[in-house]
Amino acid sequence: MSTAEMSTTARTGAISIRNVTKIYDPEGVNVLAVDDCSLEIGAGEVCMIVGPSGCGKTTLLNAIAGFHSLTFGEIRLDGEVLCDERRPLASQGADRVVVFQNGALFPWKTLGDNVAYGPMVQGTLSKAEAREKARHMLAEAGLGDVAEKYPGEVSSGMARRAEIVRALINDPKVLLLDEPYRAMDALTKSIMHEALLEMYDRTKVTIFFITHDLEEAIFLGDRAVVMTTRPCRVKTIVNVDIPRPRDYHLLSSEEFRVLVEEAKDAVHEEALKAFEAGERELA
Amino acid sequence: MTGSPVESVSGRRSEPPRGMALFAYRAGRMVRTTGPYLTVLGIGAWLLLWWLFSEVWYLPRFEKMPGPVAVLSDLFARDPFQGISIFTDEYYEHIWVSCRRILFAFCIATGVGVPLGLCMGWSVQFRHYTFPILETLRPIPILAWVPLSILMFRGFEAPVIFLATLASLFVTTLNTMLGVQSIDESYFRAAGCLGSNRWQIFRHVVVPGALPFIFTGLQISIGVAWFSLVAAEMVSGDWGLGYLIVDAYMNNVTVPMVIGMITLGFVGWGTSVLVRIAGNRMMQWRTRALALEGR
Ligand SMILES: Nc1ncnc2c1ncn2[C@@H]1O[C@H](COP(=O)(O)OP(=O)(O)O)[C@@H](O)[C@H]1O
Ligand SMILES: [Mg+2]
Repeated sequence: MSTAEMSTTARTGAISIRNVTKIYDPEGVNVLAVDDCSLEIGAGEVCMIVGPSGCGKTTLLNAIAGFHSLTFGEIRLDGEVLCDERRPLASQGADRVVVFQNGALFPWKTLGDNVAYGPMVQGTLSKAEAREKARHMLAEAGLGDVAEKYPGEVSSGMARRAEIVRALINDPKVLLLDEPYRAMDALTKSIMHEALLEMYDRTKVTIFFITHDLEEAIFLGDRAVVMTTRPCRVKTIVNVDIPRPRDYHLLSSEEFRVLVEEAKDAVHEEALKAFEAGERELA
Repeated sequence: MTGSPVESVSGRRSEPPRGMALFAYRAGRMVRTTGPYLTVLGIGAWLLLWWLFSEVWYLPRFEKMPGPVAVLSDLFARDPFQGISIFTDEYYEHIWVSCRRILFAFCIATGVGVPLGLCMGWSVQFRHYTFPILETLRPIPILAWVPLSILMFRGFEAPVIFLATLASLFVTTLNTMLGVQSIDESYFRAAGCLGSNRWQIFRHVVVPGALPFIFTGLQISIGVAWFSLVAAEMVSGDWGLGYLIVDAYMNNVTVPMVIGMITLGFVGWGTSVLVRIAGNRMMQWRTRALALEGR
């Protein structure tokens, strides 16, 4: 699916990352995390970002989400500038919702209240309406029974799924996921993948998904973008022309294997470089 | 889990117990665990030692200390030998006066300390203004404030409450501030990207996120409040448990002195249990998660 083809439909959520550079400067020691990185993500695309630990993937996501500033370059969402050299910190907004690696459901709110949080604080819905909609959406995601439970009382898989629902209730243009299934076992992961794909097929939201896991990248993505080790740049892009809806039988098919191999060759080289450089991974 | 009441007679899993059944289940479980017996045993051993030291062996240093028999027989006497027992009105007046002072002091300290600590934890600028002052005042022992408080306030009531308030204020403020600082950055980020403004982040992230630390702080702070209240009552007072203790000492009646001390211990324990219960009620999310971990 090319970007041009996407833009003919009325979808929104195209991200363009242009010549982005990020230099961290803790105590005068410059760390060049992202160097002149450019990437176009089409509206409604599932874009998987793959790269070794510490290469700068999270840095890129944080710049899009507005958690920290970038040093050079610009990022646009549907043509509108989110951040550039004049305004290096993007404003945070519910059009780009993040799902965090370690999970960030508020432990002091029930799953239902967590999901209702976005519309409630933005004032798009009244509290009661937001609760109602949250219950509905949780039920749709198979979480109707645990809506009254606190995050500490449910499994990590359920919590992560609820967190994605909490993002989607805002009708975001982009969903930003930072290694959301990293700590999960393979079986739970495959269930989470199918649930995510099912939600994607319903909403067609643009997905920016960071991962280590190549099979995950090929299984979920329209494209898998392999990043170089730090400083982060696009190394190769693996196009995944496998039709949707996809299910787990795909995992054992030949075309899937071929694509994983292709990505693996690229990633392995970078992972080796990162290993030799002794990159430290941050959570 | 043999014989647990969630297993019904037919052997099938039934509904979890509710109401009276739940109460019976909890009581039954308490009888079956060793905890309460150990507590009783511990108290018994302690009383026995006290009795042996002061009333049987008359060990050096213990000969002036009233023993448990003397204290308890006076405490439960209709007509106490040394003036104070659970049948005299003064006893309750002393307890009530101290409790009322603690209530005032604790409420003022919480009402001021929690908002102050929240702001200090949340706003770096505000912290720069206030933290050095807090850290300078905090190490000054509460007894060092006594002369100043007597100069500043009239009567018996106000200086005593002031001193108790001051002590617990520092604890509450510091703990609240640390509580805010302990909140994981990702909750702030999540709230931000879900479209919260600053006030909503304060209300939905800062306050509930700091609550576990706040309640830990409040439990310490009510203890500290008792501590400084009694010190203050001993220096200036007309009623109260602290006053009871010094007054008895001055009049050379040692039994009411010990009664005052023991009562203080129990009342203080009771107030901190109340704070703990309030905390568990307000933090259902935490109580339930901890319960799942078996704590
Ligand atoms: N706040 C920071 N200050 C200094 N260096 C940082 C900071 N955050 C990340 N880095 C560095 O930037 C590089 C990229 O980090 P990150 O984007 O978290 O990598 P990834 O998510 O790909 O594992 C790493 O080498 C890391 O050490
Ligand atoms: Mg990362």
